[in-house]
Amino acid sequence: MSTPQATMKSIWFFVGLMLLIVGSLVCLAGIIDFVSPPERKTVLAGTHPAIWWSVLMIVSGGLFLFTHRNKRHDV
Amino acid sequence: MPTISLGLIDWLIVATYFGVVLGLGYYLKRFTRNEEDFFLAGRKNSSWVAGLAFLSANLGALELLGMTGNTFKYGMYVAHFYWVGAIPAMLFLGVYMMPFYYSSKIKSIPGYLKLRFDEKTRVLNGISFAVMTLLVSGINLYAMALVLHTFLGWDWNISMWASAITVAAYVTMSGLMSAIFTEIIQFFLIWFGLFLVSILGIIEIGSPAEIMNRIPATFATLWSTSGDPSLNGMMITWVGIVLGLGFVLSFGYWTTDFLVVQRAFSAKDLRSARNTPILASFFKMALPFIVIFAGLIALALSRDPNSGFKLVQEGGVTNYDSALPLLIVRYYPTGLIGLGVTALLAGFMAGQAGNISAFNTVWTYDIYKSVLNRNASDAHLLWMGRAATIVGIIISIGTAYWAKSFPSIMDYMQAIFSWVNAPLFATMLLGMFIWWITPNGAFWGLIGGMGTSIVLFFAVKYQWIENHIITLSSPASDMAANFWRAWWAWLVCFVLTILISLVTKRKPKEQLVGLVKGLTPEVHDGSIAFYKKPEFAAILSLVILVILNVLFW
Repeated sequence: MSTPQATMKSIWFFVGLMLLIVGSLVCLAGIIDFVSPPERKTVLAGTHPAIWWSVLMIVSGGLFLFTHRNKRHDV
Repeated sequence: MPTISLGLIDWLIVATYFGVVLGLGYYLKRFTRNEEDFFLAGRKNSSWVAGLAFLSANLGALELLGMTGNTFKYGMYVAHFYWVGAIPAMLFLGVYMMPFYYSSKIKSIPGYLKLRFDEKTRVLNGISFAVMTLLVSGINLYAMALVLHTFLGWDWNISMWASAITVAAYVTMSGLMSAIFTEIIQFFLIWFGLFLVSILGIIEIGSPAEIMNRIPATFATLWSTSGDPSLNGMMITWVGIVLGLGFVLSFGYWTTDFLVVQRAFSAKDLRSARNTPILASFFKMALPFIVIFAGLIALALSRDPNSGFKLVQEGGVTNYDSALPLLIVRYYPTGLIGLGVTALLAGFMAGQAGNISAFNTVWTYDIYKSVLNRNASDAHLLWMGRAATIVGIIISIGTAYWAKSFPSIMDYMQAIFSWVNAPLFATMLLGMFIWWITPNGAFWGLIGGMGTSIVLFFAVKYQWIENHIITLSSPASDMAANFWRAWWAWLVCFVLTILISLVTKRKPKEQLVGLVKGLTPEVHDGSIAFYKKPEFAAILSLVILVILNVLFW
């Protein structure tokens, strides 16, 4: 059971967490593909979309996480 | 097409999503202490939270796949679903209707019908909404399993049961709150998971202007070819777009469908509730940059023999829904594939959760408490909401198996919406703005409108009459017939309600205070700066809508 003091974390904290975890996994995949190119070549593979797109996800996720780490839900 | 194969990291991303939504359901359970927490998420959401959930409840994966495919089939006209076919209705809800909904402290749309009219109108709408919600939920479940099987090669039964059990688990634990949380996560997953398709498509082809150059001219405009149905891909006139889609279907869905409006009811105060659909309208206007662009990119690529891009053909029939998955395979390497698939999965599951959370509320308040157990305690209603969630999921699974053995059920999807929502909008409009509309007028008008929609649907389907008799123009696509059927259902309900109200007993004016414009004191936000008022944001949204329509005229 919860205590009366328990406050619900902001949804934006969980959004940040999700973006950070998933962005990190996509980034890892991008780095692996960069070091050891896969057999299946996608169109525009040379632009390494997994790397730059995942960096955007990680930065966005980090910002959400940092700015809402101590905020309660209704904000 | 060869199925999309996932690597280890792709699977980890999918597993992360399942872990996060289940973990959220468990975390939020401790904050779900009473029926208001379960059915209305405690009424403590900001307009941002409620607004994104409002939009996301409508943003299912079927919509993403279907609208991308429709753009391939009909061209830019599909953007009408996101602009004229959504924004005016969302703004009308926020500016004019929300004060009546929110201030009357109702828990559902049928609840408003009870206060404004009577119990029988509430029960009629409650039952038709519950049936519609479960049918749509089951058909969505079936469609999800079909998509996952076709494009990923996943087992039909496992993907259906795994997603249904996950949704049942987190909605049973914490009701609307967990549905709203997962809808917002879905919103971000969809943008991060699918917007990249459009970006990479533009990079490959060169520019948005080059995409437009490569598609037929009739597919690249929004209004300029709407004077003659033979000149545009959708084979419809501007009258059909404005009356059928822009007015009846759009207003019917966005202002009366409890699935979306329930999110606004969860807002912490009236101003937040009014801002909910208005904020959502800005994001709704941006969605064509995912779906319409992707559809146009697919169309442009398919017209270039050197691109190697071709939609899936099944038995000589083009599968338009394959456009988005094929673009994902074309552009996404490992990792991004997992993200794209998770975005689609999130869309399916959040849509399922949205339907189930709306169903459990309407069942509990508008059918169970209203008809079966009027003296139920709050604790009992909370229990009933959880039980209704599980039963609703089981019925959805049953509907999905039924749909599997009867695939043409998909044809009925659009009919279901115009059956319930289009006439209900006439009832709501008259009820909110004209005090002398009577309970019997509303009830029989609703019956007449719903009946018209059903009869017209079967009349066209079984070719008792031709499409053009409904659409008043020729040629006419099935989409055009859908728009016009909604219009006729609305009109019959509107006229019948007025005529019957003229000869039946009215409710006393004092019983309608707070429910009808003109009998309700206006609330003025005098102390708030003008730029913080919902009306200001609504005007801004309207201006952007006009600019977009002129830009793509």
